[in-house]
Amino acid sequence: MTDAERPTPNVPDSLTEPAGPAVGQDEWVARHAERRLLRGGRLGAVEERLRAAPWWAWLTVFVCLAALLPVGFSSGYVRRVAFDTVLYMLLALGLNVVVGWGGLLDLGYIAFYGLGAYCYALLSSNQFDVHLPTVATVPIVVVVGAVAGWLIGLPSWRLSGDYLAIVTLFFFQIFIVVVTNGDHLFGHNVTGGSNGIGGVDANVRPFNLFGHDLPVAHSGSFNVAYLYVVLAFFAVVFVLLRFVNESRIGRAWRSLREDPLAAELMGMPVNWLKLLAFSFGAAVAALSGTIFAALNAGVFPTTFAFPLLITVYTMVILGGSGSQAGVIVGAIVVNVLLELLRDAGNARYVFYALIVLALFGVYRLSVRLAVVLGGTIALGFVVHGIASAIAKSNVDGPANGENWLIDGLRHWVIVPRDLGPWKQITYVALIGVILLLTLVRGWWRVALLVPTLYLAAFVWENVMLTAPEATRFIILGAILVSVMIARPSGILGERRVEIV
Amino acid sequence: MAEKLLELKRVSMAFGGLHVVNELDLHVDEGEIVSVIGPNGAGKTTLFNLITGVYEPTEGDIVFAGRSIKGMDPHKITKLGIARTFQTLRLFLNMTVIENVMAAAFAHTRAGAFRAMLRTPGMRREEGEIRNLAEERLAFFGQRLMGYRWNQPAYSLSYANRRRLEIARATATNPRLLLLDEPAAGMNPTETHEISELIGKLRDEGGYTILVIEHDMLDHGVKISEGSFEYVATDERVVEAYLGTKATATK
Ligand SMILES: Nc1ncnc2c1ncn2[C@@H]1O[C@H](COP(=O)(O)OP(=O)(O)OP(=O)(O)O)[C@@H](O)[C@H]1O
Ligand SMILES: [Mg+2]
Repeated sequence: MTDAERPTPNVPDSLTEPAGPAVGQDEWVARHAERRLLRGGRLGAVEERLRAAPWWAWLTVFVCLAALLPVGFSSGYVRRVAFDTVLYMLLALGLNVVVGWGGLLDLGYIAFYGLGAYCYALLSSNQFDVHLPTVATVPIVVVVGAVAGWLIGLPSWRLSGDYLAIVTLFFFQIFIVVVTNGDHLFGHNVTGGSNGIGGVDANVRPFNLFGHDLPVAHSGSFNVAYLYVVLAFFAVVFVLLRFVNESRIGRAWRSLREDPLAAELMGMPVNWLKLLAFSFGAAVAALSGTIFAALNAGVFPTTFAFPLLITVYTMVILGGSGSQAGVIVGAIVVNVLLELLRDAGNARYVFYALIVLALFGVYRLSVRLAVVLGGTIALGFVVHGIASAIAKSNVDGPANGENWLIDGLRHWVIVPRDLGPWKQITYVALIGVILLLTLVRGWWRVALLVPTLYLAAFVWENVMLTAPEATRFIILGAILVSVMIARPSGILGERRVEIV
Repeated sequence: MAEKLLELKRVSMAFGGLHVVNELDLHVDEGEIVSVIGPNGAGKTTLFNLITGVYEPTEGDIVFAGRSIKGMDPHKITKLGIARTFQTLRLFLNMTVIENVMAAAFAHTRAGAFRAMLRTPGMRREEGEIRNLAEERLAFFGQRLMGYRWNQPAYSLSYANRRRLEIARATATNPRLLLLDEPAAGMNPTETHEISELIGKLRDEGGYTILVIEHDMLDHGVKISEGSFEYVATDERVVEAYLGTKATATK
């Protein structure tokens, strides 16, 4: 692009005369985007076109695709996973207001989700014989959530960073304690204690919209209406939050995240803005809680615990905190991965695909890639040959999760009938070798990578697949670590500069 | 005689046992450019922190436009009409250049979260006004902070331009009094000269009253204050030394 073609900025005429300073560093940075476009060729142009598409176009496409999902998938399980994913997206959007925009480390976020769920259960069940219509309950709960967020923010009025995190964590703990012991709160059974509110007696009502009850299950499987309800909630919340973010309030939140003192001195009431961010996050969480309680026809204290908090935080951080699209992608990636990893057969696909993808990412199409892949495959067959020659029992152990992949792999990775102490030894050895791998460079690394990969496959097949629950979170953690190393601000996060 | 815009009455500030400011009297009249000078650690930045409400003075009173601002929240003081820049730059680095300036219009704009969610016509009009204001404030710097840079993140600016952006951001709060903390620190002689001219222009065209910290004035040949803070000058000679011309020094 020549100077003449560059769009003239929207400034008064007298100021655009060319007599400016020579091109300096700033110009270089400013034109970086243009250069990327030139370099990319046709692919770059497509990328640029996609980038330029407005957010509402993306949102529309996404919502339409999600709404069409039940057409393609009749399985109640798939629909339920889709529902859960959208619910997580909603939760992540709320947390993004507090963490991503306000820059406030709120570890009590899930308490507001729980609060919303409990409020819904109390307002439409036999617990106190209150049966408000859904169109009244949901707004009431949202307001309760917003007010609670505001009140919880008050004690943290002057806190920030670690202190704020500790105080909100404390409130989360209080919430859990109150809810689990709430069956004799001042002599009344309010929260149902550790049994929660649910079952036939409590009879928590499902949503009732446009005069129709939305039963939780429809002829035995997940009622797809809830997918549409949560999608509608999601779309509305997305747009409203987007509008707030593009207003002076949103700019003030981001200023607060960047530098609270400077924000205060530029005329922004920092403490008030913090409360507002808390309040918005809490309102979204409470809204998510209502739909959760309605769908499950009850609430149970164990749901609102630390694992959920960590999962939602992982979504926000992995996707890119501060970016709405980012946290949505984060929610999808994390929830779909966790679902896939539930089943040993699927988990195997994920594991090997990730390894091959990671190798491609690091080595591209190069000699080294061929050496690593070829070497690992050859090593496998050699080890397998030797092991089976020594004793058949070395290779005919039970496979976890049958599918075509393991049928092929059985000739390559050894699965002994009885591992004995080797279970722990190989596991620890794998960690050791991976650490060693970070210390060596060049061809040494390639050479070391071959046995490491084989060892990883061995440990995966023999150790990790036997304990899928723990493995799920280990794999998720590994993915989180690698993404954070490759892209510190998350998958779609804007590049952040902390100190310059 | 111009009216007193800012007046410090026997202001003292101590951090624990450390007395940084001692019974300081100082006044700034409307339309004046006053320079504060003193060696490192004399308490110049502390003085700014006192005026803008970051610290509350241990003794004395601060009066702005006829009203005591002692003990007020900093954002309220800013709203009354005092804005500042920072010696160690404190831009919102991960926001764009124009957003930095737009954010500072917060105090004198009104549309709240609900109006933003509904995008009411009034809110959208105000949003347009904020953008115009920001563009106008950035345009004050001529070629230095020109259009195509406005959507770049602030961290992509060079050091000197960050200093300029801080001044632009401060002016977006619509202040009457502008406090500049070493605006030329780290700049080369040409740029320093440019900043001097800019300060004159800010007063003459922008209509701001200016209190500026600048202690590195040996280049200009006049060294007025030495030693402790009591010698902080509101002397005309300081102004002259800083701006180089007699004309800008006269009230
Ligand atoms: N919050 C604080 N707590 C304790 N001491 C402080 C605090 N703020 C400033 N001081 C002390 O006050 C003294 C004056 O600091 P100040 O930053 O005002 O100096 P200055 O005149 O701006 O110096 P410089 O020319 O280097 O910018 C220093 O000794 C500093 O250590
Ligand atoms: Mg200083």
